[in-house]
Amino acid sequence: MAQYLISVLADDTELASAEEDAAIDVFNEKLQSEGHWVFAGGLGHPTTATVIDARGRESMVTDGPYVETKEFVAGFWIIEAPDLDVALRLATTGSKACNRRVEVRPVLEG
Amino acid sequence: MTGVEAAITRAHRTEWARVVATVARRFGDLDVAEETAGDAFAIAAERWPIDGVPASPGAWLTTTANRKAIDRLRREARRQEKHREALMLTDEGAPVGAIEDDRLRLVFTCCHPALAMEASVALTLRMIGGLTVAEIAHAFLVQEAAMGQRITRAKAKIKVARIPYRVPTEEDLPARVTGVLAVLYLIFNEGYLASGPGRQVVRGDLISEAIRLVRLVRDLMPSDGEVAGLLALMLLTDARRTARLSADGELVALDEQDRGAWDHELIAEGHALVRARLTSGQAPGRYQILAAITAVHTDASDFQDTDWSQIAALYDQLIRLDASPIVRLNRAIAVAELDGPEVALAEIDPLPLSDYHAFHATRAHLLRRLGRDEASRAAYDRAISLARNPAEAVHLIRRRGELDGT
Repeated sequence: MAQYLISVLADDTELASAEEDAAIDVFNEKLQSEGHWVFAGGLGHPTTATVIDARGRESMVTDGPYVETKEFVAGFWIIEAPDLDVALRLATTGSKACNRRVEVRPVLEG
Repeated sequence: MTGVEAAITRAHRTEWARVVATVARRFGDLDVAEETAGDAFAIAAERWPIDGVPASPGAWLTTTANRKAIDRLRREARRQEKHREALMLTDEGAPVGAIEDDRLRLVFTCCHPALAMEASVALTLRMIGGLTVAEIAHAFLVQEAAMGQRITRAKAKIKVARIPYRVPTEEDLPARVTGVLAVLYLIFNEGYLASGPGRQVVRGDLISEAIRLVRLVRDLMPSDGEVAGLLALMLLTDARRTARLSADGELVALDEQDRGAWDHELIAEGHALVRARLTSGQAPGRYQILAAITAVHTDASDFQDTDWSQIAALYDQLIRLDASPIVRLNRAIAVAELDGPEVALAEIDPLPLSDYHAFHATRAHLLRRLGRDEASRAAYDRAISLARNPAEAVHLIRRRGELDGT
């Protein structure tokens, strides 16, 4: 089994509608009942982000996202799947549920 | 070429994909498969002149590649101190029955929708076609290093993202076959109408390679109608290859081609495939309809004899699957022969194809037939400036020159 990060891509500040929320719940239940669920969550808007750079002698704290983009990650799932075909099929259902584009990336193994 | 060299060349043609596919399944790694298949052929080039050509070159090559793969993995394991796993690798050879499936798996992996089209094209030509990176780079006018990178990146994605090495499920199969055929059709078209300046007009090597690959896929999926349709389409298109180019490098349009110069053997094979699909009773997909259209063209003894109503009807059928402006443009060419250039022009004009050379070339021809020379000239000008193939530009320049006055 491999793990994949499914990021939800958004270009507006609208939160999920009640309808989308309900569909996301159904999708989450499906992930859990079929054994794909690892973790998931929605994220605050990029304007709520704080960047820390502790590589130097003194750590730097900066307000805002590390890069300004029109599109940002609004939420994510981490799923478990045997291969990319299964991950893509789940991501398709996820994209429908949250009504947004999603990106699938493999989590590197140990 | 000596007998042994010929045997190696032949084995490379017929066995490369099998060797790569078998090793890839056994070791789950395309890199290992590609490298050890190359090793096996290099060893054959050393051993066969001395030991003679083995009775079953394919089995010999697969066994040799398998041994090489085991050596390589043991070596890597020693470096990574993963002794135990490596010691479990045994040289027992692959079960014979699954070999056909292995090549099909390889095709579906190389043409996976998660890979970019250009990556799939390169990977398919390398892994299944057995072309060298240099040959593929040359065919697509890309630096060899850049092409090597493209293939390496694709292989890395397959490995890291776990693109599976298997024939898709029943449910996914039609869409996935469509993806495979799109890759093969792109290879064919790149050969048939090479784009970009400074290219050979027709690249016979890519055409032959595309046809060879479709034949292979057809052997592996004999009952798939779209695979048969694409093969027929390629054969019937390729049958006109010689007639399509004049001695001085000008593209010859269908209405001016010497139909005696068409390859009638290819036409017969293509027609037989189309007929077999027609009697199958299954609804045809895009490639089967395109093949049927080409079959109607190649059935006519001259341009005027073409059954245009049949062609228009087939395009109507195609529009129901794919209502793209390019399909509508092609349908309008049949309409011009049926209902006259005015009707066709009215259908073409609203199409959003102002950056497509064939749109302007078609308008130019129709306007010329209507005696609207000035408008026709302007359309030729635009078509010439957009044409990406030199032979096509030469053709359009001559047609423009035939207009009255200057």
